[in-house]
Amino acid sequence: MMIDLTIDNKNMELEEKITILEAAKRVGVKIPTLCHNDKLKAYGGCRICLVEVTARQVPGRSRLIPACCSQVEDGLTIVTDSERVKEARVFIIELLLSRCPDSEELKRLAAELGFSPEDRASLDMVGEYLLYRAPQLVDTNCILCGLCIRVCAEITERHAISFSERGMKRRVKTPFDKVADTCIGCGACAYVCPTDTITIEEAP
Amino acid sequence: MPRHRMHLMVCTGTGCVSNKSLGIKEALERELEKQSLQEEVRIITTGCNGFCANGPIVVAQPEGIFYQLLTEEDIPHLVEEHFLKGRPVEKLMYSPPEDESPIPKMKDIGFFGKQQLIALANRGIIDPENIDEYIGRDGYKALAKALTSMTPEEIIEEIKGSGLRGRGGAGFPTGRKWEFCRNAPGNAKYIICNCDEGDPGAFMDRSIMESDPHAVLEGMLIGARAIGAGHGFVYIRNEYPLALERLLKAMKQAGEYGLLGDDILGTEFSFDITINRGAGAFVCGEETSLIGSLESKLPEPRVRPPYPAISGYMGKPTNINNVETWSNIPHIVRRGAEWFSGIGTETSKGTKVFSLVGKVNNTGLVEVPMGISMREIIYDIGGGIPGNKKFKAVQTGGPSGGCIPESLLDIPVDYESLTKAGAIMGSGGMIVMDEETCMVEVARYFLSFTQEESCGKCTPCREGTRHMLNILENITRGKGEEKDLDLLERMGKLIKDTALCALGNTAPNPVITTIKHFRHEYEAHIRDQKCPARVCKELIRYYILEDRCNGCTLCARNCPSDTIRGERKEVHVIEQEKCIKCGICLSVCRFDAVRVE
Repeated sequence: MMIDLTIDNKNMELEEKITILEAAKRVGVKIPTLCHNDKLKAYGGCRICLVEVTARQVPGRSRLIPACCSQVEDGLTIVTDSERVKEARVFIIELLLSRCPDSEELKRLAAELGFSPEDRASLDMVGEYLLYRAPQLVDTNCILCGLCIRVCAEITERHAISFSERGMKRRVKTPFDKVADTCIGCGACAYVCPTDTITIEEAP
Repeated sequence: MPRHRMHLMVCTGTGCVSNKSLGIKEALERELEKQSLQEEVRIITTGCNGFCANGPIVVAQPEGIFYQLLTEEDIPHLVEEHFLKGRPVEKLMYSPPEDESPIPKMKDIGFFGKQQLIALANRGIIDPENIDEYIGRDGYKALAKALTSMTPEEIIEEIKGSGLRGRGGAGFPTGRKWEFCRNAPGNAKYIICNCDEGDPGAFMDRSIMESDPHAVLEGMLIGARAIGAGHGFVYIRNEYPLALERLLKAMKQAGEYGLLGDDILGTEFSFDITINRGAGAFVCGEETSLIGSLESKLPEPRVRPPYPAISGYMGKPTNINNVETWSNIPHIVRRGAEWFSGIGTETSKGTKVFSLVGKVNNTGLVEVPMGISMREIIYDIGGGIPGNKKFKAVQTGGPSGGCIPESLLDIPVDYESLTKAGAIMGSGGMIVMDEETCMVEVARYFLSFTQEESCGKCTPCREGTRHMLNILENITRGKGEEKDLDLLERMGKLIKDTALCALGNTAPNPVITTIKHFRHEYEAHIRDQKCPARVCKELIRYYILEDRCNGCTLCARNCPSDTIRGERKEVHVIEQEKCIKCGICLSVCRFDAVRVE
C-alpha cells in the first residue's frame, strides 16, 4: 500500500515506512536535530526536531511529535515551519542555552530560529528570563543528548559510559567515575558530541 | 465447618496495621478465650475497610456494628459487654462531627452511604489471605466462564461493551487496548499489572491488592486468555510490603488450586506471573518506562508509537493495565457488559476508587459511581472540612492533576468533565484543601515532586520544570515579579506541548490551574509580600498579644530555637530575627495570645 502524505505542502508518496526526518530530507525540507544520528538508534530526547502533524482521521487536531523517531503514516499532514513548531524549537534552544550558554552549535541553531542569546532584544519573554534573569543551574556544555553513550554501546559495543542519576542531576559518566576498563580510546564519543564537550587526551 | 454466631472483621490494611490493629486482634483472641467465646465468635482479618482515618476498625457481623479508633485497653470491656452480654458499646462507635449521637451500623454512616463497590467489592468482607473466602464470594467464576464458554473475541467484546476505561490515569478504553494487542502479529505476548502507584496521597491500588489480591489475579488471567498471553508481570513498588506479601500468598494458593500455571481449570490455557519490585522511580508508572525497567534498562520513557500493544516487553506485544482496571474485569465478565455500562455517565462507565485525603473529616478510600459530584464526595462521604473551616480547593490526579475551586464542585466526576476543569481523573488521588492552604505553596510542592522525579531524558521536562520551580520558590519568598505569572503560564504551556511523556506533559498542571483559579493569592505574594493563608514562612511573622499573655512561659519553654524572651508572669516577646516560624508557640499557647500575620 502506498503511503500518501504532505510535508510543508509538498505531496509525497512512499512505498515503505520511514521516519518523518528521512522523508523530509527527501523533499528537501530541513529539520534541525541534536540528539540524532542516522547510524544510531533514535532517541527522541532533545525535542528540537518536533514537527506538527495532523492525521487524516482526526482533522483539526494536530500534535507535536519528534521527526527523528516517528514513522510516516498514510494521510499524515506534516508541517515543519508553523508558529507552534517554531515556538517549541525556540523554547528548547533557550532551555539548552540556559544550561550551556557557550555552545556554538546552540548559538547557530538560535540564529537559524531568528534570535541571538547575546542580543537581549531579540529574545521572547521566556528567553529573556532564561538567559538573563534565571540562575544557571549547571556548569557544563553537555546537553545530555546521549549520542556519546549510544555510539559507544551500539557502534563500538564498549558500553564505557552511561547516564547516572535523574532529572537535573543527570550526568554522563563512566562506571563508578573511574576510567572504564572497556574504553579503547577510539574517540567516537567525542566525534559525535554536538557541543564538543568531550575531549580526548593522549595517554601519559 | 464450625458455625459461629458472630464474625469480627478486623481491618488489617496498611493504615490499620500501622495503628496496631494486629495488637487488637491478639487482644480479641485473649479476651474471647477468657470469656470462653472462641467457639461462638470468630475473628477474621480483612483488607482495608476504607475508613482509614478512624482505624483500627472492627466490624461485628452479621449486625454490621462498626467499632473505631480501638485501643487494646478497650477490648476487655467490648468483649464482655457486646460479644458476651449482647450490649453494643456506644462509646466505641462513630459519631458525626456535628452530632454527638453514635451511629451503630456501618451502612448508616455517611462515609459508606453513597459508595458503590465493584473494585472493592470484597473489602472488609473476606480474608484476603484465604482463597476459599474469595471463591465463596463467586471468585474465579468469571475465569471459569471465560475459559469454558467464551472465545477470546467474545471476552474482548464484553469488555468493550462495558465501556471500561483505564483506571491508571489516561482513561483509554480497556477493550480496545486488549484488541490491539490480540491482533498484533507475534506469538509471544505479555500482560503487565501496573502496581507502581506513586502519586502523593494516593493508595487505591495498594488497598485493592491488600484486600482482594485474587480479584487482580483473576482479571489478569481473563485478560491473558483474551489477548493470548502466556506470561504476565506484576510491577509492584517496594514500599508496599503487605500488598506484595498478600499477592505472593494469593499466587501460591491459586497455583495449588490449579488456577495459575499449566492447564488452568483443566483446559489447555496456561499462564504464569513474575513479580517485579520497583525501586522508587515515579516515572515507572509510565508504561514505556515501566517496561524498560522490567527489561533491566534505565527507567525512562520512549516515544510512542509503537505502542506496547505492538512492541512492548522485549519488543513483543504487551498489554499493560493498572491494578484497579484488572480488578474490575472479573465483575464485568461475570455480570455482563450491560450491568457495568448501566453505572456511570455517557462516556465514563462503572465506578472509580478515590483516596480521599487532606483537610476532610472522613479520610479514607472510597469507591463511587462515575458521575457523582465532587461536592457529594467531599461533603456527604467525606463529612466536610474539619474545624468548620472553609473549603478552598480539591486536587485530583496528584502531581499531574489540577486544583478545582469551590465554583466547580458540582461538576460530575468523569474523565471529560475533570479534564475540562483543568484537572484530570488520574489514578484517583483526591486531596482536599481548606482556607489555611496556600495555593502557591501547593503548586510549588507538586512541581518540586515532578521536578525531582523527572528522569531527565527530554529537555523541557528536565530543564523547564526546574526553572518553573525556581520562579515559584521566589514567589513564596516574596521575591516574585509581576511578569512571573505570565512567564509561568507560558512556560507551562510550552512544556506541556513539547515534553516526551505524560510526566512532563502534565507536570505544569498544578501551576496552571492554581494561577487560573487563585491568581489573587499569587498576586498577594508578589505585590504585597503577603501569604493570605499564612503558610509561606518568609512572608509571615509570629507575635504575642500583650493583653493576652500572662507570662506562663509555656511558649518559651517549647520554642526549639530559644527565641522567646520574658520573665515569669510578664509579657513574652518573640525575637523576630531568630524565629524559625515553626508555629509551636501558637499551638501550645492556652490563652490565644500568639498570633500570626
